[in-house]
Amino acid sequence: MSLGSHMLHLSVILFAAIFTDNILLARFLGMCSFLSVSRQVKTAVGLGFAVVFVMTFTITLDWFAYRFVLQPYGIEYFRFILFIVIIAAFVQFVEMAIERYSPVLYHNLGIFLPLITVNCAILGASLFMVIRDYNLAEGIAFGFGSGAGWMLAIVAMAGIRERLNNARIPKGLQGPGITLIIAGIMALAFIGFTGVLSGG
Amino acid sequence: MVPLFIALAIISGIGALLAATLVFAERVISNYGDVEVDINKGNKKLAMKGGGSLLETLTAQKIFIPSACGGRGTCGYCKVKVLEGAGPLLPTEEPYMDAEERSSGVRLSCQVKLRNDLKIELPAELLTIKEYVSVCEEIIDYTYDTKQFRLRLTDGQHMKYTPGQYVQVLAPQYEKSSEEVYRAYSISSDPADQAAIELIIRRVPDGICTTYLFDYLKVGDKVRINGPYGQFYLRDTTAPIIFIAGGSGIAPMKCILHNMKNTNNDRRAVFFFGIRTTKDLFLAEEMTRFETQLAQFKFVPVVSQPEPGAEWAGVTGRVTHIAEDYLRKQGNAHEHEGYLCGSPGMIESSIGILKKLGITEDKIYYDKFS
Repeated sequence: MSLGSHMLHLSVILFAAIFTDNILLARFLGMCSFLSVSRQVKTAVGLGFAVVFVMTFTITLDWFAYRFVLQPYGIEYFRFILFIVIIAAFVQFVEMAIERYSPVLYHNLGIFLPLITVNCAILGASLFMVIRDYNLAEGIAFGFGSGAGWMLAIVAMAGIRERLNNARIPKGLQGPGITLIIAGIMALAFIGFTGVLSGG
Repeated sequence: MVPLFIALAIISGIGALLAATLVFAERVISNYGDVEVDINKGNKKLAMKGGGSLLETLTAQKIFIPSACGGRGTCGYCKVKVLEGAGPLLPTEEPYMDAEERSSGVRLSCQVKLRNDLKIELPAELLTIKEYVSVCEEIIDYTYDTKQFRLRLTDGQHMKYTPGQYVQVLAPQYEKSSEEVYRAYSISSDPADQAAIELIIRRVPDGICTTYLFDYLKVGDKVRINGPYGQFYLRDTTAPIIFIAGGSGIAPMKCILHNMKNTNNDRRAVFFFGIRTTKDLFLAEEMTRFETQLAQFKFVPVVSQPEPGAEWAGVTGRVTHIAEDYLRKQGNAHEHEGYLCGSPGMIESSIGILKKLGITEDKIYYDKFS
């Protein structure tokens, strides 16, 4: 594969992860924080960046763990436990580090980090990486793309919900009800991307 | 494929390695060394270990900031003014702050982490709050559900408090509670003797602290307390006073009355004491004695639901209504200062009545039991 076609291949994986195979709207992973932290665009952006950051790095770490520990010993069935442990440890470590060295970043990003440990989209991305047998570069592109896709979805949702504050919503649908309906409509809209790329 | 136990050993090994890395990282990265906290512009400087929250670090230094949730950021009581060094307001604090507090640098001390030197401002009274060890000297039964506990401070210590203030009592771990809890009780004793304090406490069904005090504490046992706290004390004016209290709410009033006697205070004062049945009445003799000792003091116990057949020659009705009738007859109702202590419901309706009669809110002082 030439360098050019290689880059093309990677960008297909990246954009597929963002649009056609959006981890939130096509795979419905990471719904919990998507529903609870999408009230304001500002906080949604913060959480979004945190997810992009953590997903890119944990998928890299998980790739190494899978390739050099789980595969050689033939114990791939332990990937769920190992990936979760790696994600949790990484998030803890990053939280400590940015709290110490970058108060500004901690204020914008750090407070969301504990929320991410239990975000299933992070684990989901690592597991997809295994299923699809990605190499390291593909894995990183996929991790970054999935994070960016998740961020796109939550920021869009927060934008809509900020507008909803001025809308008259039937009482029974206020809060989670209307949010789920909107998530469904957004997912339908994202189906429109199907077939544009074939990397997922 | 390797045998299962080797697989388990590998996974556990990686987990242990990660845990060790985190422990090491915490030692190195989260080690903020010693930081200096400057209280009230150089009034007091404390060198403290960095890394923890401001609240827990101050508590470790025996400076007690009132807090009900134990530092979880859910009660919003532990507000402290930080002049310098706290960083921006966190989203976890925002719900508890109004516009004025935001602009003046008020923070929740449980959410502020000590990463660098801090300058903070504390009300002077918080600095006088100390922790004391006391010995339970005497327990008196007042009614079927109310007792008085007398606690003598150990090591000849004295507590300098303003009559009307309260202390927090620590209920240790015991059979029915797996954690230590603090509960607040007003001081009721004569402030002339500051080597011991008395607390009048009404049993709360299944309450962690009252169950401990009523069923487990014995004369001679040690009790840890800290204080004094609170803004409920007699203002130094000449305005006529109306005290309204329900049940154990009589405690701070008793302390204030002792002090009025000690200082020959001859202000006009009337005390409406609300109870449900005649069986709930206590301290009546003591209050009647105050009537003879104080120049212009009147005690009016009010029973809301006298039990059938009880001999009750006194006033019957809702204490708030009786107080209202009294004030209406005075003509100068709006000149009074209101001092209220009791259940939130009683306080709310008393405030409503006093305001209706023209007493402004800044002349109404209260201690709410909740």
